[in-house]
Amino acid sequence: MLRKSIAAAALVALAVGAGSGVSAEDKPVGPWERKENHVKAPKDSPLDYLVSGYWFRTPKTRALQDDDFENPAFLWVEQGIEEWSKVDGKAGKSCASCHETAEKGMKGVSARYPVYSAKNKKMMAVTHQVNYCRENYMKAKKWKWESGKMLGMTAYIGLQSRGMPVNVSIDGPVRPFFEAGKDFYHERRGQFDLACVHCHQANFGQYIRADFLSQGHSNGFPTYRLKWQKLGSLHRRFRGCNNNIRAIPYKRGSPEYTNLELYLAWRGQGLKVESPSVRQ
Amino acid sequence: MKFGRLVLATFFAVAFAAAPFAAQQAFGQGKAPLIKYKIVDEDSIPVSLTGKPGDPEKGKKWAIHGRLGHCIACHVMPVDQPYMGEVGPSLVGVASRYTAGEIRMLIVNPKVVNEDTMMPAFYKADGFHRVRKAFVGKTMLSAQQVEDIVAYLLTLKEEEKE
Ligand code: HEC
Ligand code: HEC
Repeated sequence: MLRKSIAAAALVALAVGAGSGVSAEDKPVGPWERKENHVKAPKDSPLDYLVSGYWFRTPKTRALQDDDFENPAFLWVEQGIEEWSKVDGKAGKSCASCHETAEKGMKGVSARYPVYSAKNKKMMAVTHQVNYCRENYMKAKKWKWESGKMLGMTAYIGLQSRGMPVNVSIDGPVRPFFEAGKDFYHERRGQFDLACVHCHQANFGQYIRADFLSQGHSNGFPTYRLKWQKLGSLHRRFRGCNNNIRAIPYKRGSPEYTNLELYLAWRGQGLKVESPSVRQ
Repeated sequence: MKFGRLVLATFFAVAFAAAPFAAQQAFGQGKAPLIKYKIVDEDSIPVSLTGKPGDPEKGKKWAIHGRLGHCIACHVMPVDQPYMGEVGPSLVGVASRYTAGEIRMLIVNPKVVNEDTMMPAFYKADGFHRVRKAFVGKTMLSAQQVEDIVAYLLTLKEEEKE
């Protein structure tokens, strides 16, 4: 059939960022629609298939992510590498004192976080965990959620799970947090009165103004966003999505956003970790 | 860095008012008590909210405006604009499908017709969850702006092109 040549046309259309408002029938097949880019949705998923935000972006943006030397996020990763073995705090320790190399110690961490901490009786995102280690084991000061050091460290940690499938636990003590995240995802908010589900489940693959909607997955975070000119956290993205619909956002690291992070990870269960990704 | 030039005008910057607060003040549509209207046959507001007819030229302006109607954020319209959204149906020929009253209802509050719709209510000021301070108690459009857009949509018969 015509599909192949049409797909090529789609790439061109995306490359120039054209949202000319073509109707569904004559819309070319995009890479997000191709079977080989789909991942099986987890049991009970509301989605028929999963597809990474990567496939909704232009070939140019994807190429930036594909090449670690081009990917601007690696400027932050380098900072993470530096901090990894830097002694800080009253205990005279660094991350390396307890975890040796990140390659060994951090493999798979970002794929299974956020996790429930029985000790803290709360959900912990990787960022929470980093600060927990800093305060309790290193006796060092917390890093700010969106600081360069924290983003660099979480990107470096994320890198150790690259290519591994997202695999969070949602059972046992985690269940109530999962349910809370699920409720948040479906709750309308702001003057626009929209929920996450409206944009990322019902309408992915469609333009909303000049923005091409993805399934809104978390597997690429922290992500270098061209619009931000900076690496940014998942919770920063949440704040953006809330703000834009004229809703009061929550704080980065808040229980609300951490529960949402958990639910979102489950929605993307099986997608490969891409951290640090590049997005538009 | 070289990426600076890659940044595209995005929907949010343009249309969803991620924009400066000063600008938002101008677009929050007043706190005056809302004009009462009567719904007929469950899906129509036949009488003009303001008692005055709308101005289709202004209506077109509000409809494509990035902080007022936002209509092209979600709908294709027969206007010369880049980046029209496609999460809602095309409004080309909408006047041939709906009456003035039905169109007014859909703009005022489409949830009366379909409670699951993604389309915002443009003349409703409360009952929302966690609205940002600048917009609390305000409608997205003034009553007259609603009328202007109704008047504009009524000009969209069949396959009109600009
Ligand atoms: C009005 C539409 C809209 C709503 C509502 C919305 N988003 Fe988004 N979101 C976008 C757009 C546009 C983008 C950028 C393009 C894309 O990746 O989909 C985006 C991007 C994202 C991304 C980044 C995906 C990636 O691959 O980098 C995540 C994660 C996300 N949204 C989560 C959420 C969550 C969680 C909610 C609810 C709290 C939400 N969004 C609500 C429009 C929306
Ligand atoms: C955030 C998305 C969004 C925005 C903004 C939006 N709409 Fe809609 N609109 C929709 C969707 C989705 C539908 C499909 C019907 C439904 O969901 O009930 C729709 C349906 C309609 C219909 C019925 C069309 C048909 O053929 O059935 C009209 C008329 C309409 N919209 C007018 C407008 C006008 C005028 C504006 C701006 C003042 C506007 N819309 C803004 C999403 C939107």
